[in-house]
Amino acid sequence: MTTVAPPDTEQEPPPPGGPPSMSPVELGRWFWRQLTSMRVALFLLFLLAVAAVPGSIVPQREANPLASSDWAERNPDLAVWAERLGLFDLYSTPYFSAIYLLLMISLVGCIIPRIGVHARALRTRPPAPPSRLSRMPAHRELALTGGPEAVLDAAEQVLRSRRFRVERVEDARAPAEQSIGTALAAERGYLKETGNLLFHLALVVVLVSVAVGSLFGYRGTVLVVEGDGFANSPIQYDGLTAGARFDAGDLPPFALTVDDFVIEFEPDGPAMGSPSNFEASVTFEEYPGATPEQRVIRVNNPLGIDGTLVHLLNPGYAPQITVRDAQGAVTFSQPVPFLPQDQTFTSTGVVKVPQADEPDLGLQGLFLPTGIIGAQGPESIFPGLENPVLVLTGYTGDLGLDDGVTQSVYRLDTTDMTQLTEGGEPFRSALNFGDSVELPDGAGTVTFDGVSTWVNLQVSRNAGKELALLGAALAIAGLLPTLFIRRRRVWVRVSPATVLAIAGLDRVASGDAGELDDELAAVAAAIEEELS
Amino acid sequence: MNADTAAYLSNVLVDAAMIVWAVALAAFAADLAFGSPVRASVGQRVAVGAGAPTADQQAPPASENAATTSRWWGIGHGTLVLGTVVLGSGVVLRGIAAGRVPWGNMYEFAITGSFLVAVALLVLMRRYDLRTFAVWVTGLLLLTVGLAVTVLYIPAAPLVPALRSPWLVIHVAAATLAAAFFTIGMVATSLYLVRDVADKRGVSQGRFVSRLPDTATLDRISYRVIAFGFPIWTFAVVAGAIWAEYAWGRYWGWDPKETWSLITWIVYAAYLHARTTAGWRGRRAAIISLVAYSTLIFNFFGVNIAFVGLHSYGGV
Repeated sequence: MTTVAPPDTEQEPPPPGGPPSMSPVELGRWFWRQLTSMRVALFLLFLLAVAAVPGSIVPQREANPLASSDWAERNPDLAVWAERLGLFDLYSTPYFSAIYLLLMISLVGCIIPRIGVHARALRTRPPAPPSRLSRMPAHRELALTGGPEAVLDAAEQVLRSRRFRVERVEDARAPAEQSIGTALAAERGYLKETGNLLFHLALVVVLVSVAVGSLFGYRGTVLVVEGDGFANSPIQYDGLTAGARFDAGDLPPFALTVDDFVIEFEPDGPAMGSPSNFEASVTFEEYPGATPEQRVIRVNNPLGIDGTLVHLLNPGYAPQITVRDAQGAVTFSQPVPFLPQDQTFTSTGVVKVPQADEPDLGLQGLFLPTGIIGAQGPESIFPGLENPVLVLTGYTGDLGLDDGVTQSVYRLDTTDMTQLTEGGEPFRSALNFGDSVELPDGAGTVTFDGVSTWVNLQVSRNAGKELALLGAALAIAGLLPTLFIRRRRVWVRVSPATVLAIAGLDRVASGDAGELDDELAAVAAAIEEELS
Repeated sequence: MNADTAAYLSNVLVDAAMIVWAVALAAFAADLAFGSPVRASVGQRVAVGAGAPTADQQAPPASENAATTSRWWGIGHGTLVLGTVVLGSGVVLRGIAAGRVPWGNMYEFAITGSFLVAVALLVLMRRYDLRTFAVWVTGLLLLTVGLAVTVLYIPAAPLVPALRSPWLVIHVAAATLAAAFFTIGMVATSLYLVRDVADKRGVSQGRFVSRLPDTATLDRISYRVIAFGFPIWTFAVVAGAIWAEYAWGRYWGWDPKETWSLITWIVYAAYLHARTTAGWRGRRAAIISLVAYSTLIFNFFGVNIAFVGLHSYGGV
C-alpha cells in the first residue's frame, strides 16, 4: 500500500497457526495470545457492531416498552424468535455481554504489557544511529561550514526546540570518514503511546461505570395530574426499572406537587400543532418536613434532587368529569387522565364508577382538544384546547373491580357489562365545557366540568455517570495524541569534513513518508539558520 | 428582514447553490475529459531517498501545480467556491428564518453537512492535487442537496421543546462536522480502491485513472480526514450522551440512533486498528472504512425513516 514501509516495531508477533498438542498451560497461553492479538480484537469489534444491529430493529423493552410490545403484536412470528434469542433485551443478553467482556479482556490483555514496555521506553535512551543512514526511509545530507562540533551543537539545539529527546551517543557503527565519533540520537512522540494507553484504559473506565450504573441505577415513572403530587417511593410509581443492586431504601424521600402544568402548541405557521412549550411548576420538599421549594421543570431542564433527576416525559389532558346518580348524589368527580392517541391529542380514557346497590357504571370517553364532527365522525384538528369536546359511551353491569385482578385504569373490561342504548342505537353523547347529559335507563347524569393537564414524570438516577463522563473525557484526551502525534526517531551524524547527515524513521507506519521528509528538510534548514 | 423573507431567500440561495455547483461539476468533468493529461502529483514525492544532497528537492507546492491546470479546472474551482458561499448564506438565512441554529431536521442537516463537506474539500484542495477527486465530491454534494430540496424539505419552523437545548448546537455540530470529514474520507477511499485495482492490473494509463492521485496520496488523505473525524465523532457521541442525560434522564438507552452511532464508532475504530495491523493495511482497511461510512449514512437516513426512536422528531 505504501511506497515506503518502515519496519513496524509496534506489531505483535503473528499468532501461531493453531494449537498443536499442548499442555493445559501452553494451551492457556496460546489462547491468551490469540485473545490479545489485534486480529482477534478486530474480529470482536466487528462482532460487537454486528450484534448490536438487531437491537435497533427490534424495539428494546427497557428503552421503549410500548413500542416493544407493539412490535411484538404486529410481528407475532418474528416475535417468537426475537423472544427466544433475547432480542427484546439484546444488550443484556449473555452473548452480547460475552462479546464486550471478551473485547474488554482482550483490550486489557493488550494494554497491560504495553504499559510496562512504554514505561521502559520512557527511560531508555534512543538507540545509536545505524551504520548507513541512507537506508532509512528519509535521509538528507548537507555540506556545512563552522566545524563539526558546532554543527552537532546546532543540531542538538534545533532538535530539542522541536521537542525531541536528544542524546549524544557514541557513533561506533559509522565509517570513520563519515563521523566524528559522536552522533545525535533523537526521539519524539512518546505522548502518542501514552495517549493510546490512556484512551484504552479510559474505555475500560467507561465500561465499568456503565456496568455499575446498570447495577445501582433506577428509573421510575409516575403520572401526575395538575394539582396532584406524589411522594418518592416505588409504590407510587406506575413503572420502575432498576438494577440488581437497587435498594428502594436509597430513594431520596422527597415529595413533589405539580402546581401547574402548561401545554402549548404552535398556533399557526408551518409547524402548526407541534408542541411549543411544556412546563411544569412544581413545589417539592426534599425530605419530609423540609422547607418547600418551587421550581419549573421543562423538557431538557429536569429537576435535580440529591443526584436524582425528575424529567418531564409525555403530557396529556385530564377532563374533569362528574357523575351523579339518579337521585342527584355525586358518585364520581375528578379529573380523569386520558391517553393521547395521535399528534392532535385525540385521547381516550375511561371512568369507572363502582356502585354498591346498583350495577356498576362504566364510561368510555374520547377527548378532542379541538373537536369537530367530520365525515369520519368526531375528530380533533389541533392539539390545543380550542374547542374541547368529550364524546362518551356508557356501560352498566359488573366492572370486575372486586375480582382481585389488577386492571388497567385506562381500559374498560366490558365482558360483564351491557352497553347503554338509546332508541335501539348505542348511546353516544358529545359534550362541550359545562354540558351535562342524562344517561339512558336512569343511570344518572354526567357533567363535563373542565380540563386539567397531566404529565408523566420520570424519576431516575444513573449511578456512575460522573465516572462514565470522566472516562469519556479521558478517552478523547487520549485519542488526540494517539492520532496526531508521530513517534519519530531522527539521527544526526557529522563527518570530519562537516558534512551533516540526518535520517528519520517513523516508528508506526503512517503511510505518509512525505511528512517525515518535510520535517527533515525543516530540521536541516533550521540547522543552517542556527549556524549562520 | 422578517422570518418569511429569510426563509424564502434561504430557499432561493440553496437552489442557486445547486445551479452553481452543477456548473462546477460540469467544469470538473470537462477538465477530466479535455484538460492536460498526467501531471506530477503532490503525493508522488515519497521518499526522497539516498544521496539527495540539498534541502531543495521538494515536490512543487500545490500553488505551483495550479499554474499548470486547465481553464476548466479554474472554472470548476471558482464555481465550487461561489456555490459554497451561496449555500453557506442559505444555511445562515435558514437559521435566521427559524430563529435558531439550522440543525433541527434532516433537511437542515443535509444542507449544513453539504456546506461543511464543500469547505473541507476546498481546504484539502489547497494542500493536495485533487482533480478527479473534486468531481466526485461535487457530484455527491449536488445529489445530497438535491435530495434535501426535493425529499427532505420542510419549511423553517421553531424547534420542538425536546430540541431546545444548547447541546443541540454542540452535539449536532460535532456530528455533522465529523460526517463531513468521513464523507471526504469515503470518496478518497473509493478512489484509492479504484486506483489500487487499476495499478495491480496494470491499467493505470487510462485518462481517468492516470489523473487520480497515487494510492499513497489517496490513502494519506483518507486516513487524515478520518483520523480528524474520529475524535470529533467520539465527542459527538459523548455530547449526545450528556444531552440525553438532561433530556431523557439516561445517558445511554440503546435508542436506534445511539446504537448506530456506536456501530459507526466501532467500525471506524476497527479501521484505525486495521491500519496498524499487518495483513490488514491497504485494501482491507479501505473496505472497513467504507463499511463504517455506510453505517453512518444508514444512521442518517435509515434510522430516521425505518425505526421508531427518540430521535424521530422535527420531521423526516
